[in-house]
Amino acid sequence: MSTNESAVRLSTLIQDHHAAILADWIAHLQGLTFRSNAAADEQLRQHCTQLLGLLAVSIRDGGIDNIDGRAWDEVRDLLTEISGERARQGSTPSETATFVFSLKQSLFSVLRTALEGQADALADALWTTSTLLDKLGLFTIEVFQKSRDQIIVRQQQELLELSTPVVKLWEDILALPLIGTLDSARTQVVMESLLEKIVETGAAIAIIDITGVPTVDTLVAQHLMKTIAAARLMGADCIISGIRPQIAQTIVHLGVNLEDVVTKATLADAFVIALARVGATVTRKA
Amino acid sequence: MERIPILRIGDLLLVTIQVDMHDRLAMTLQDDLTERIVRDSAKGVLIDISALDLVDSFIGRMISNTAAMARVLDAQTVLVGMQPAVAITLVELGLTLPGVKTALNVEKGMALLGKSYLR
Repeated sequence: MSTNESAVRLSTLIQDHHAAILADWIAHLQGLTFRSNAAADEQLRQHCTQLLGLLAVSIRDGGIDNIDGRAWDEVRDLLTEISGERARQGSTPSETATFVFSLKQSLFSVLRTALEGQADALADALWTTSTLLDKLGLFTIEVFQKSRDQIIVRQQQELLELSTPVVKLWEDILALPLIGTLDSARTQVVMESLLEKIVETGAAIAIIDITGVPTVDTLVAQHLMKTIAAARLMGADCIISGIRPQIAQTIVHLGVNLEDVVTKATLADAFVIALARVGATVTRKA
Repeated sequence: MERIPILRIGDLLLVTIQVDMHDRLAMTLQDDLTERIVRDSAKGVLIDISALDLVDSFIGRMISNTAAMARVLDAQTVLVGMQPAVAITLVELGLTLPGVKTALNVEKGMALLGKSYLR
């Protein structure tokens, strides 16, 4: 029997026993899930109905060998949608794949009844069905992974934008509180926003506060020095503040050269120096 | 021949670079500038590069050389008006121009020179 014939037979079987397969499949799925509510049940039922309907059409038109073909477009779109929805709701990829794999049991029992007594044909049909559903299951995992990756990339970007504010402390004085590790991509963003702000405010001094930087290794130090050098080229001096005792030790042990840069233990100390440089003083009332 | 104008303001000289630099232009500028420093007994030089969107290693080196020459003739050089993108590029190229003083704009550069040469 050719694969084409078995595809047509499988398609006809699904269409003929649509209601039975659907009921069996949904019952099976509901048995697998622990949290259940009316809305989720309704959504599950809707997904199952749509998928089974499209599956029958695609198997007939596109065959079972190549699920990347055009006839499978609608099935792939639906699976992408289901998978993406589940990723956003926080399902694990195996839960999503199980959704597809669980159709096997329902299909197999229909095949067994339909092909009773024809051992060869049954084995053949079981194999093709199984292969097909495996492919579809793997596809959902791939899509799941992709949508998760997209979420991660988006969060990274948001984090990057959130964590690099440049604030004006006083006339001519800027502060740059750094939070999180400095890698090259972040250094670029930090540098750009600092330089833009220098142009915008005409500031002469920038205080880079590294209280929120967990560790300072040679690379982070190098990135800091780059930022300071760029600010200097624009005519602004930099002061590094918020150096924790631990970090001071690490810097010396690593042999990082911070000699050319003014460093202060706290932001307050750096601010006093900066005020003195722009010619301002702070006095307590009475 | 193409030349970069050198303007005198009190005992400061102002050089505004607005065109792309090439070797001969750079040589001419250095000739003219050293000549003017001696003739006008200038105490300070301002090099304004706010019109440049692109500064390569050649211009970077030219600027530091010019600053060194001026220093020998007892004139302070201040580089003013560098664009943020230019600053980032120079730092990435490893050209931090260590011997050159910098300021955000001409006004601040003049204030800086006014402070330093009176001492």
